[in-house]
Amino acid sequence: MADMNLRKEDFEVVGKDLKSSEEIVRKSLTYWQDAWMRLKSNRVALVALSIIILMVGMAVFAPMMTEYSYDEQNYDVISQPPNSEHWFGTDELGRDLFARSWQGARTSLFVAFVATIINVTIGVIYGGISGYFGGKTDIVMMRIIEIIYSIPRLLWVILLLVVMKPGIKPIIIAIAITGWGGMARVVRGQVLQLKQMEFVLAAKTLGADTGRILLKHLIPNTMGPIIINLTFQVPSAVFTEAFLSYLGLGIPAPAASWGSLAQSGTKMILLYPHMLLFPAALISIFMLAFNLLGDGLRDALDPRLRA
Amino acid sequence: MSENKNKNENKNITAKEEDLLLRVKNLQVSFDTYGGEVKAVRGVNFELDKGETLAVVGESGCGKSVTAQSIMQLIPMPPGRIKSGEVWLDGRDLLQYSDKEMEKVRGKEISMIFQDPMTSLNPTMKVGKQIMEALIKHQNMSKTEAKEKAVEMLKLVGIPNPESRVEQYAHEYSGGMRQRAMIAIALSCNPKLLIADEPTTALDVTIQAQIMDLMADLQKKLDTAIILITHDLGVVADVAHKIAVMYAGVIIEYGTYKDIFYNPKHPYTWGLLLSVPRLDVSKDLRLVPIEGTPPDLIAPPKGCPFADRCDNAMKICREKMPEEIQVEGSNNGEHFARCWLYHDLAPNVENPIEKRRGNLNE
Amino acid sequence: MCKKSGGALMLKYTVKRFGIAIFTLIIIITITFFLMHAIPGDPFQQSRRIPEEILENMKVKYGLDEPLIVQYFKYLGNVLRGDLGDSMYYRGRSVNTILADSFAVSGKLGLMSITVGAGLGIFFGIVAALNRNKFFDYFVIVLAVIGVSVPNFVFATTFQYIFASKLGWFPVSRWGTWQQAVLPVTALGFAYIAYIARMMRTSMLDVINQDYIKTAKAKGLSGTQILWKHTIRNAILPIVTILGVAVAGIVVGSLVIENIFGIPGMGKYFVQSIKQNDYTMIMGTTIFYAIILIAMMFLIDVVYGLVDPRIRLD
Repeated sequence: MADMNLRKEDFEVVGKDLKSSEEIVRKSLTYWQDAWMRLKSNRVALVALSIIILMVGMAVFAPMMTEYSYDEQNYDVISQPPNSEHWFGTDELGRDLFARSWQGARTSLFVAFVATIINVTIGVIYGGISGYFGGKTDIVMMRIIEIIYSIPRLLWVILLLVVMKPGIKPIIIAIAITGWGGMARVVRGQVLQLKQMEFVLAAKTLGADTGRILLKHLIPNTMGPIIINLTFQVPSAVFTEAFLSYLGLGIPAPAASWGSLAQSGTKMILLYPHMLLFPAALISIFMLAFNLLGDGLRDALDPRLRA
Repeated sequence: MSENKNKNENKNITAKEEDLLLRVKNLQVSFDTYGGEVKAVRGVNFELDKGETLAVVGESGCGKSVTAQSIMQLIPMPPGRIKSGEVWLDGRDLLQYSDKEMEKVRGKEISMIFQDPMTSLNPTMKVGKQIMEALIKHQNMSKTEAKEKAVEMLKLVGIPNPESRVEQYAHEYSGGMRQRAMIAIALSCNPKLLIADEPTTALDVTIQAQIMDLMADLQKKLDTAIILITHDLGVVADVAHKIAVMYAGVIIEYGTYKDIFYNPKHPYTWGLLLSVPRLDVSKDLRLVPIEGTPPDLIAPPKGCPFADRCDNAMKICREKMPEEIQVEGSNNGEHFARCWLYHDLAPNVENPIEKRRGNLNE
Repeated sequence: MCKKSGGALMLKYTVKRFGIAIFTLIIIITITFFLMHAIPGDPFQQSRRIPEEILENMKVKYGLDEPLIVQYFKYLGNVLRGDLGDSMYYRGRSVNTILADSFAVSGKLGLMSITVGAGLGIFFGIVAALNRNKFFDYFVIVLAVIGVSVPNFVFATTFQYIFASKLGWFPVSRWGTWQQAVLPVTALGFAYIAYIARMMRTSMLDVINQDYIKTAKAKGLSGTQILWKHTIRNAILPIVTILGVAVAGIVVGSLVIENIFGIPGMGKYFVQSIKQNDYTMIMGTTIFYAIILIAMMFLIDVVYGLVDPRIRLD
């Protein structure tokens, strides 16, 4: 054996050193800390989030701060392309499109957020009940969703609007009471899964009652999928409202919403494309940002990807 | 690759060249990940004769699966990378083969079965067809011939009603049956070498025994060499001719089954044997777990990877990777341990396995 | 051969799905009926100066003087016999004829869109998965996100503006020639190319990492063999289920696309009937859509049962 200068002292016994073998073990994070860390490192999602915050901010503050109000008609400046006076140009009645766009944002976002909150609530409760009670109740409740989903949500919204006649409240109601099925299914799935997990059994054994179990155990664990689903519901609601208003079935003139602005813009597209460009861009950017944020959240909250 | 580099390792290989079916020399495999280079396999050597079984034993992450899959070039090559090594099968270095050339070797000369029979079979293809695929590709059989052979193979692996089973899908088989079907697929073209990667880990204990018996039986019938990869020393006892104990990417002890079970030399091997539950000893005999965890292979220690967890660790253990040292008393001169304790300069250490044997005999 | 027991299971499965389909349809008809009759006022009486005899016929046919529940059963009976009533706006024309004419157009548009959408979507998804992290993959991901985020009326008007008005490559509107079909089909199908490409890519990546693909490779099969017989064969299964969603989306999308491109299809008539308060037309179209969609879901269930052997054990 080639002796590489080995000395007797080298063979002195020193024994175990467990500390260094465990040194590289990382600090253990809670699920939420881990998820936040992952989200923070996702640049696309962060940019999307900032865009959303920016747009919501503009929707809230811009209409109050613009020089022109959204319904101020001025026949001297009709159909102007974007310029330094009117950043988004003007429409065929001389109204400032920048102001109208952000006024429209208010309407569209208001409808979308309120409708989403309501429909998420319905979905969570429905899904929670269905999953928690299981058995026949669950089967019947899920069948009901299946049947409702056999025709597209938009069709339901349209039918409801035919009955209720267009307006902001009817639209919010129509969007809110359709479209909770996805959330219900997700929550029900989670609850079913969690029901069988041992910690629920453990809590029950310790005497915890149903309400406490739901509150302290089931809900925190289903928050992840709920948040993700919620994030995707918002652009869906924006789209639904925009689609309806575009067809003339939604928010009636002269109230501005992104959809109705897009519709007016389309009429003039051959001569004045800027009238469609801005509302269309706003809708698209908003929906895009939410979709990207949703993707980012999905990745961040997926327990399988935990560091 | 130059022969001279690894003279020490070569000294330990004594079998005649012509008999040797497989020789793995200084295999080094790494993975390039975002976190850095993970050195999964750091210089592995072993060999196998026709009809022999080599068991590669070690805990998760020690590199045994990567070694096995590298033999067949099944590791995806980014991010995997074979840094160096030779794999001689019947006189040809497989690592020099292109993927196209390997297609002719896989399934035909070397076959592999995997750990989880639930997920190892295509769920949308009839089991029979999956057996037939290999036959049609390698043996140029017609569909009818292949189907007949498939039925034969199912019979051979002990599946009842093979004529109807051949038309069924994987989900219609039980866990044990699926593993038998995997064996049928693997052995259909009568390969020289079968690599079994944890074949029984996902199965019930009783089924485990059946599958191990089946493999031993088929080995006799078809004269197939087997590399059996497992983390469970208990499974290995009846079937292995040779055992290689792996830890952190290197083989730390290698010998015949008698060598390893009755005369183990490496402290890690002692640890493994002391932690195997036994029915034949008094219940007062405690299981001794090995404290600590294996090192992270992104930054493997420069010395012996087991040093941090070893009661007998010496200063040199942390400094230099031990060489493979031949151990006295080995049956045919092929027992070696990668451990500084067997260097001439090392102090004598108590062998806990002998001690326990001594206690039991009192 | 074990076809017998396989066939019997398949039949049972098919019958069960069919029963569910019919049940669902009846529920939808019921809901639609009661919704339309919840409209304040009495819309079904309010048609413009209907001559006496026709009014009498209507009263008999629809039970207009009788309690709502009787009206409902009369309506249901009519529908099950294939009679969706007469349009309240286009006097003298039955809902059925209007639907038949417009469906001929929408059906073609929808079929073309779904074929292009699914075809290109699957193709892009496969290529993206096989070229992970390379240019094409990023291109497909970006396309997918845009396709799902930008509303279809934005695509439609943009395409119309650029390719028809400005570049003049295609006609701006109307239907009939293949040139007139290009823009609407692309606009309708775009979101589905995006959606399906993304799903297919994810599905491919899932399958590629499965153990059975490794088994296939360990058998010595060539890359192409593995790709077609193992990877794609399994990856495409989830796409079959998505087709149901895609068809629903195309139905909805057609409402706006047909309006933008002036295509005389069901979507255009539907929107029109809403503005015209033509309630029988609204009901009839909704029910017709429901029939198409429920039939589509049923077909997809059956096809899925045929291609995925695990499903039949229902």
